[in-house]
Amino acid sequence: MIKIATRTAYGQTLAKLGEENPNIVVLDADLSKSTKTADFAKKFPERFFNAGIAEANLMGMAAGLAASGKVPFASTFAVFATGRAFEQVRNSIAYPKLNVKVAATHAGITVGEDGGSHQSVEDVSLMRSLPNLTVIVPADAVETEKAVRAAAEHQGPVYIRLGRLDLPVILPEDYEFKLGKAVALREGWDAAVFANGIMLALALEAAEALAREGIEVAVVNVSTVKPLDTATVAEVARQAGAVVTAEEHSIIGGLGSAIAEALVENCPVPMERVGLKDTFGESGSPWELMEKYGLTVGGIVDAVRRVYQRKAQG
Amino acid sequence: MNQTKLEELASRALSMRRMIIEMLAASKSGHPGGSLSAVEIVATLYFAAMQVDPANPHQPDRDRFVLSKGHAAPVLYSALAEKGFFPREELLTLRKTGSHLQGHPDMKKTPGVDMSTGSLGQGISAAVGMALAGKLDKKDYRVYALLGDGECEEGMVWEAAMAASHYKLDNLTTFLDYNGLQIDGPVQEVMNPTPLDQKFQAFGWEVIQIDGHNFQEIWDALEKARGTKGKPTMIIARTVKGKGVSFMENQAGWHGNAPNAEQAAQALAELGGGK
Ligand SMILES: Cc1ncc(C[n+]2csc(CCOP(=O)(O)OP(=O)(O)O)c2C)c(N)n1
Ligand SMILES: [Mg+2]
Repeated sequence: MIKIATRTAYGQTLAKLGEENPNIVVLDADLSKSTKTADFAKKFPERFFNAGIAEANLMGMAAGLAASGKVPFASTFAVFATGRAFEQVRNSIAYPKLNVKVAATHAGITVGEDGGSHQSVEDVSLMRSLPNLTVIVPADAVETEKAVRAAAEHQGPVYIRLGRLDLPVILPEDYEFKLGKAVALREGWDAAVFANGIMLALALEAAEALAREGIEVAVVNVSTVKPLDTATVAEVARQAGAVVTAEEHSIIGGLGSAIAEALVENCPVPMERVGLKDTFGESGSPWELMEKYGLTVGGIVDAVRRVYQRKAQG
Repeated sequence: MNQTKLEELASRALSMRRMIIEMLAASKSGHPGGSLSAVEIVATLYFAAMQVDPANPHQPDRDRFVLSKGHAAPVLYSALAEKGFFPREELLTLRKTGSHLQGHPDMKKTPGVDMSTGSLGQGISAAVGMALAGKLDKKDYRVYALLGDGECEEGMVWEAAMAASHYKLDNLTTFLDYNGLQIDGPVQEVMNPTPLDQKFQAFGWEVIQIDGHNFQEIWDALEKARGTKGKPTMIIARTVKGKGVSFMENQAGWHGNAPNAEQAAQALAELGGGK
């Protein structure tokens, strides 16, 4: 099976978009080989701006370019895009609702060996808290291409969360991506798993495993974390009556929190969140870390069993 | 500096370079270029200049070192192991799950690491804070920091530079590893931070320019910094990224790639001095 990182799909899509839309400009902060904006830089050097190691200025320049009619994609690692430059994203991009696409790579613990200082486990939480900002967490290369294209067409600021690791493609080429739409990939009446990013593939595997024990689990891809597709989320949760969320992110403020907020107001059901339990990451190989922090098929299966039990107990 | 000390430093530096290659080959990831360019600087700090006690790494009167360019963790770890803060064998656990040797320096995990770093620009601010505390407490420990030249593109570096001279922190001495390269290429092409000497001078620092691979020049600059009153000192050290390993020297591509077994063997053969 071919494996491709979402950052790689981002770079390839950006290079294609450059041809289709002359207003697209790309900015990076000395990480263009890692974020893959180098693909665009090679083809359109005059529309590529390297800010150097200066993320605050990166976001500020992107804001100015957007205010002057360009469609800027600004890239660096997620920890720097949303951490170092948080307040620039807030006050220069989200607040004036400028048309900047912050495409951040190396999100989550699958950054691996670089360690906790480089593993962003809070970026979705930070970005989701900003008014006007759309937040997307694609699951694989297919969805990344569609999400990046949708972001380019969307008028307004967008945050796209991308990963470092090569991953199998799980969605079909004709997968229908729509900004703000959660998509049920699997039906099931016993419980539902809402997942995104790298965790979607694991959620689908968990559902397979549970089906073999006779537990039918719905799996929903919630790649747009904001605006959340509350209607779909509530409807699936109502039918399933028990919910698990799965994200490569802190359980505080990310997808798990977003789903919890929606359900507590619309249809409270037994729920658990699979994700990082209020901890920073550390150095290690990506899949060893996923195992260590419980971001596994088994972790999802166990969580589903527990919420299913709670539901049965009424 | 006498001949015996110079010879000791040269042998420490060789040993550190070998450790850097060995640990990076074992971890299969990490940053050789900027680790190798800073070996002489870090060796002179730990084996000639700094008062530190491996048996008592938190001793309050010790000198401090902040590796602001935190990705060069291997050079720091090699010095700490050589100094006896932890056993040398542990270097081979670098970046592995559960190791106390994180990809970037972690003061909570590694004995001898004075500040957690890895996000460029932040270390020098912490060093300014440590120097301020030294003044407040009327202690005469000195604070050392090491910046990258690419790192100087961060606005925060200049905020720290402003504060250090504003507070007249003559107990702070910073090295700038002027190897001319960052990740995307030569610093002057990616985002030109030069002229660094004039900029730091304008920010109120004493600036000294040296060859960053020459122990005598490093030592003389440190002596001069010690004698400078009322302002911090910036030692701009001209270095070669990847120094000591022919195929890594001056190559941006060796910024963040570990050598494979074959490349490591070649590097170690070139370095010589193996036991
Ligand atoms: C705030 C921040 N942005 C980006 C990075 C990613 N990064 C790691 S090393 C590096 C280049 C550093 O260049 P330089 O300071 O010249 O270091 P050296 O050449 O000494 O290795 C970059 C961009 C980072 N660690 N921190
Ligand atoms: Mg450099």
